[in-house]
Amino acid sequence: MTSTTTTPRSATGSVALRGVTKVYGQGEQAVLALDGVSLDVAPGEFVCLVGASGCGKSTLLNLVAGLDRVSGGAIELGEGVNPGLMFQEPALFPWSTVEGNVEVPLKLRGLPRDQRRERVAELLRTVHLSDFGRKRPHQLSGGMRQRVALARTLALDTPVLLMDEPFGALDAMTRDILHDELERIWGERKLTVLFVTHNVREAARLADRIVLLSSRPGRIIYSTRVDVPRPRRIDSPEVSAIAAEVTDRLRKEVGRHGQ
Amino acid sequence: MASDTLTGSARTDAEISGLDALEIAGREKGPSRLRRLWSATWPKFAALAMAIALWQAVVWSGWKEPWALPGPMVVFGDLGDYLVSSALWEGLATTARRAAVGFAAAVAVGLLLGLGVARVKVLRAALGSMITALQTMPSIAWFPLAILLFQLSEQAIFFVVVLGAAPSVANGVIHGVDYVPPLLVRAGRNLGARGLNLYRYVIAPAALPAIVAGLKQGWAFAWRSLMAGELLVVIATRTSIGAQLTYARELSEAPRLMAIMIVILVVGLLVDTAFGAADKAIRRRWGVLDQAGN
Repeated sequence: MTSTTTTPRSATGSVALRGVTKVYGQGEQAVLALDGVSLDVAPGEFVCLVGASGCGKSTLLNLVAGLDRVSGGAIELGEGVNPGLMFQEPALFPWSTVEGNVEVPLKLRGLPRDQRRERVAELLRTVHLSDFGRKRPHQLSGGMRQRVALARTLALDTPVLLMDEPFGALDAMTRDILHDELERIWGERKLTVLFVTHNVREAARLADRIVLLSSRPGRIIYSTRVDVPRPRRIDSPEVSAIAAEVTDRLRKEVGRHGQ
Repeated sequence: MASDTLTGSARTDAEISGLDALEIAGREKGPSRLRRLWSATWPKFAALAMAIALWQAVVWSGWKEPWALPGPMVVFGDLGDYLVSSALWEGLATTARRAAVGFAAAVAVGLLLGLGVARVKVLRAALGSMITALQTMPSIAWFPLAILLFQLSEQAIFFVVVLGAAPSVANGVIHGVDYVPPLLVRAGRNLGARGLNLYRYVIAPAALPAIVAGLKQGWAFAWRSLMAGELLVVIATRTSIGAQLTYARELSEAPRLMAIMIVILVVGLLVDTAFGAADKAIRRRWGVLDQAGN
C-alpha cells in the first residue's frame, strides 16, 4: 500500500480526504478501521461526522491531525496548515494555570513574551474566561475546562479545528451554551470544523453538513446538508426533523450488525 | 435582525458567567491555616510525650542498669551540652557535606539512568529489573566490598551512598515517565511540542510528582547508607556524627550515645519534611491532593 500523508496542495482551510484507509495490526489480526473514505471539506465549512461505535471517527481525526499515518490514500490540507485537535477530555496541563495552558502553543511557536501575553488575554476574552487566567484547571468546572482547551487550540492560529466529541462529557445546559459559543467563534474566525459526535441532535444543531459513517469498517454511507438558518436552537422543529432522519439511517446501520 | 443577534450574544454572555459562578461556588473553602497547623501538630506532640513517658517507665522498672539505659532527663541534659559543643557542629558539618555530595551524585546518576531505561527499550530489558533488585539490597551489605575497593576512606562512603540512593531516584523517573497520561502527550504533540520540547513542556512536568517521590525515597536510603558508612568507616582524623556514635559506644557513654541518636533522627526527619512539603506543594498545584489534604 502507498502511504502518502498530508500533501499541502489545497486552499488554506480546506480538508480533503482521498480514499483514506487505515489498518491496525498485521496479518491475521489486522483490523480495517477506515475503508476508502473520501471527503471534501470547504474552507469555513462546519462538517459533523456521525456514527455508532467502531466507525473510526476518532481514527479519522487523528489521521487528519497528523498524529497517526494513513495505510492508504491521502489527506490534503492547505499549505503549512497544522489542524488543532480537541478531545472529549480537556487534556489541560494540570501543572499550569489557565494562562499557562493557553500560552504553550505560543511559546512553541517562539512568540516573544509581550505578544504572548496579549494573545492569551485576547483568547481568554474570546471564551469568556478573562477572570480565570490565574486559576488551575482543577479549580474550574468541566465546561470551563473545555473552553480553556478551545482557547489553547485557537492559540495555534490554525484555520482547521478537529473536535472529537468535545462536549460529550458535559451536562445538557452547559453543552447548549457551548454550542452557541462554538458557533460564534467559528463564524468570527472563519474556521473549518470537522466535528465528531455520536449525538445526532448536536450534529443537526451545529453542522453545515452531516456525514454518516458505517461501523467496522468505517465508510461514508450518507451525507446531508443542514439548510436551517443560524442561529439555531437544538430543540427547534427544523433541527429535530433533520436529527430524526439521520437517526433513522444510523439505526438501520446499527441494526445491520445485529443480524 | 442585527439588534436581535446582539441581545442574543449578550444573553449568552450573561448565561455563561452565571453558569461559571454557580459551578465553581464554594469550591475553595477550608479551615484557617493556623487551625490546620494545630490539628496536624498536636497528635505528633502527644505521641512524642507518650513515647518519652514509656521510656521513663521502662527506666523506672529497673529492667536495665542506668549506665546502659539512662532515663530521658539524663539524655536530654546531655543533649543540651552536646548541642553547644563544637564536636557536634564539626561532626554535623562533615556528615552534611557527605550527605549532600553523595545525594547529589545519586540524583544525577538516577536521573540519567531512569531516563535511559524509560526511553530505550534495550536498556529497559537489560537494567529495568536490576534497578529494582539493587533497591532491595541492604546498603550495609555493600560496605565490605567498598572497603576492599577504597579502604577506610571518603570514597568508600560515597560509593555506598550513591549505590543506595540512585536506584530509588531512577525508579521514580521510570515510574513518572511510564505513567504520563497518553492523552496529554497527544495534546502536547498537537500543540506543536515534538522531540525535546515534548519533554520540556509535557513529559517532565507530568512526571515531576513521581520524580519527587523518588527523590524523597532516595534521600531516606542515602541517609541510612551514610549512617551505616560512618559507623563502619571511621576516619580517625575527621570527626562525624556516625564516628562519634561509635566512640560513644566504645566508651560506654550511654547518654551521649542516645543524644547522638536523637540528632540523627531529627536531621533525617527535617530533610524528609522538606521533601514532604515539596511533594505536597506539587500535588496541590496539580490538583491531586486527597480528601484529607495529604
